[in-house]
This record gives sequence, C-alpha cells and structure tokens, in this order.
Amino acid sequence: MAHDHDHEHTEPPAEIALRVKALESLLVEKGLVDPAAMDALIDTYEHRIGPRNGARVVAKAWSDPDYKARLLADGTQAIAELGFSGVQGEDMMVVENTPEVHNVTVCTLCSCYPWPTLGLPPAWYKSAPYRARIVIDPRSVLAEFGVTIGADREIRVWDSSAELRYLVLPERPAGTEGWSEDQLADLVTRDAMIGTGVALQPGSN
Amino acid sequence: MNGIHDLGGMHGMGAVITEPNEPPFHHEWERRAFSLFASLFVGGHFNVDMFRHAIERMNPAHYLEESYYEHWMHAFETLLLEKGVITREELAGKVAAVPASAETPVLRSDMVQAVVNTGASARVNEEVSARFRVGDQVRAKNLNPVGHTRLPRYARGKIGTIEIDHGVFVTPDTVAHGLGEHPQHVYSVRFAATELWGADAPPKDTVRIDLWDDYLEAL
Repeated sequence: MAHDHDHEHTEPPAEIALRVKALESLLVEKGLVDPAAMDALIDTYEHRIGPRNGARVVAKAWSDPDYKARLLADGTQAIAELGFSGVQGEDMMVVENTPEVHNVTVCTLCSCYPWPTLGLPPAWYKSAPYRARIVIDPRSVLAEFGVTIGADREIRVWDSSAELRYLVLPERPAGTEGWSEDQLADLVTRDAMIGTGVALQPGSN
Repeated sequence: MNGIHDLGGMHGMGAVITEPNEPPFHHEWERRAFSLFASLFVGGHFNVDMFRHAIERMNPAHYLEESYYEHWMHAFETLLLEKGVITREELAGKVAAVPASAETPVLRSDMVQAVVNTGASARVNEEVSARFRVGDQVRAKNLNPVGHTRLPRYARGKIGTIEIDHGVFVTPDTVAHGLGEHPQHVYSVRFAATELWGADAPPKDTVRIDLWDDYLEAL
C-alpha cells in the first residue's frame, strides 16, 4: 500500500468528529444545510473577522476625539461606521479604561463575545475557570495575565448576560503622539479589548 | 435553571489556561460544527435562547468535560430531535433520510455575507415603559425557575444600582420556550463586589450585570 505521509493510521477518528460528520451529512441529505454556505461561514470567521477589526476601532478612537465621543455614546453605530456589524455584535457598548477604572468583560452563563470586532473567542474566555473566577476574584485572574491593578483603582467587571456585547477601550500608551492609526492599531491586542491585557508599549511589539 | 452553566463565583476551577497564537479552530470538526449554527438558525429550527437552554440541560459532568463546540453539537442534536427535524434512526443511518419541506429556508453561500453583517438583534423598537430609572436602587429577585433564565445565581437577592438603561429587548425566559418575546427594558445594574462577595472583597470593585426589568424589584 502506498504510504507517502507519516500520520498514525491505527488511531480511529474521534467520536465527536464522527458525530459532526453524521449530522452534517444527514442535514445536507435532507436539503436543510448547504455545504457551500458552511464553507463561506468558516472562511469568514477564520480569515476575515478578527481582533484587527477592534484594533482599528480603538486606534480611531485614540486619534479622533469626535469619533471617541460617538463610540462611547453609541458603540453599535460608531463601530458600524468602520464597517463592522452583525452576528454577536448587533448591539455594542464600548467602555473606557481610565487611571481610575479598569474594565474587563465576561459572560458567566455562556460565552457571549463581540464577534464582529474581536472574532471568535479564545478557548480560555469560554472556559469554566475564567467564567467562574473573573467576577469573584478579578485581581488574581488579571495577575495570571500579567496585569496588575492597584488597590486604589476600581476593577469593573461587565457580565454580558443580555444581548449587549462589550468592547474595552484601553488607555493609549504614552509616547505615541503623532502616530498614525495603522501604527496605533498594532499596539492594540485582543486581550486589551477584553480587559485581560493592556495596550502594548511603543517598541515592545 | 440552576444549571452547571451558571459558573460565576464558583471556586475550584483552577487556573485560566491560555494558548499563544491560538487559531480560531483546532480541528476540522470544530469548523463544521461552528458553521452549522448559522445554517440552522436561518432555517428557523431554533433561536439563540433555545440553543443556550439546550446546552444548560446537558449532564453537568459532560458539560464540564466537553469542549465548547461539543456543547454546540449537543444542542444541535437535542433541538433537532426534539423538534422532529431529524429522527434518531435517520441520524444513525438506519433509515433513509426524509427530505425536508421545500418551504424551509436554507442558508446559501451568496447569503452568508449579508447574514453575518446583519445578524439578528434582540432589540425591540416598541414603546415599553421602564419600571426603573438610572440611579434607582434595586434588588435582583430570588428566582429559581426550572426553565431558561439569564439572571445569574450570584446576583440573586443582591442589591444594586441601575447604571444604564439599554432599552427594550426580547426576554430569553419566554423566547427559549416558544412563549413569545415579552419585550421589556434591560439595564446594566451595578453591584458592589462587597455586596456580592462580602466584606473581604476590594471596596472599590464592581460587577455590572445586564438584567431584564422582570428580574428586579424596587427597594
């Protein structure tokens, strides 16, 4: 038998992979699901939608005070100005970090997350440890992410139990005066927009 | 329902494990499972609240052991079987698949971009009076419904302050069970960490929870 690849042949496919295949095949056979639409959805969320979108929102807010005011007043509308809208970002709210307040987001009941601006959530955001702990002990969770918040600063946890999706507007790093939006966007990490991180410092990326 | 999904405030879950440069999907089956959601949603087979409630009804041990997209698969199978869209015999390949009615909407690839960019807002453009105003003190009701609810257990009976009135939205407690939209105001309610967790919590910290009018009582 030709054997031109090196993976293990004796291990059976995982049961879950078989279950997904069985359901997809049945739904296609019944005419309920179009595999080409599934491919288009996968391509969209794997290649076209991700935290770079949110970084552009943040960079514009840092650069344009009028935009920032609109963003904080009506997140949905201001984010849509940049072309980002839709599934799991139908109603958006942007919350601003300041020297007095550090915001962080969670969905304790499931894993709600602003897909149009941040893409699909990382596994840790959906995990039991994060969802259980961030509301009761945010400081220890943030410390695990390397973020230390002084006792004199309020940690404001947003539990997105309804259909509002939250995006954290991180503080603009010092030393970025005169930077272009593209340069600024490179400092904005996914975690900074969840609140488990802060924006990168100039020269650190 | 007081299910295993209601994780806020639980101890013993361990460290948050992160993965550098995590890809959107780890396995091909995750891609396929993910993309079934929008296809089935557009087909009208369930709404997002029914979907969440199907996950909440999982065996608690399985819920904790299984990964995120395994939860999704459980919800798809549960809802499609319960609604008679598929049968166990069809799923097991024991009988030939019965074609769906020609009237059932099907998501086609040329519709995907529009569906993704539009979504389905739960906001309702309807005049519904708000029982509370920003600044009001409220108590989250002590509710323990056996059906779906979005009032987390850690907030029940706790006193908070209306921080934001988000406007009028459908109510998951009824929508999840096909009992209508029941539009009402949703508020961001500010709870002091000390109110939720006791005197040892940091005095300045707060948790803001989005809660429906029906979940709250005036003080």
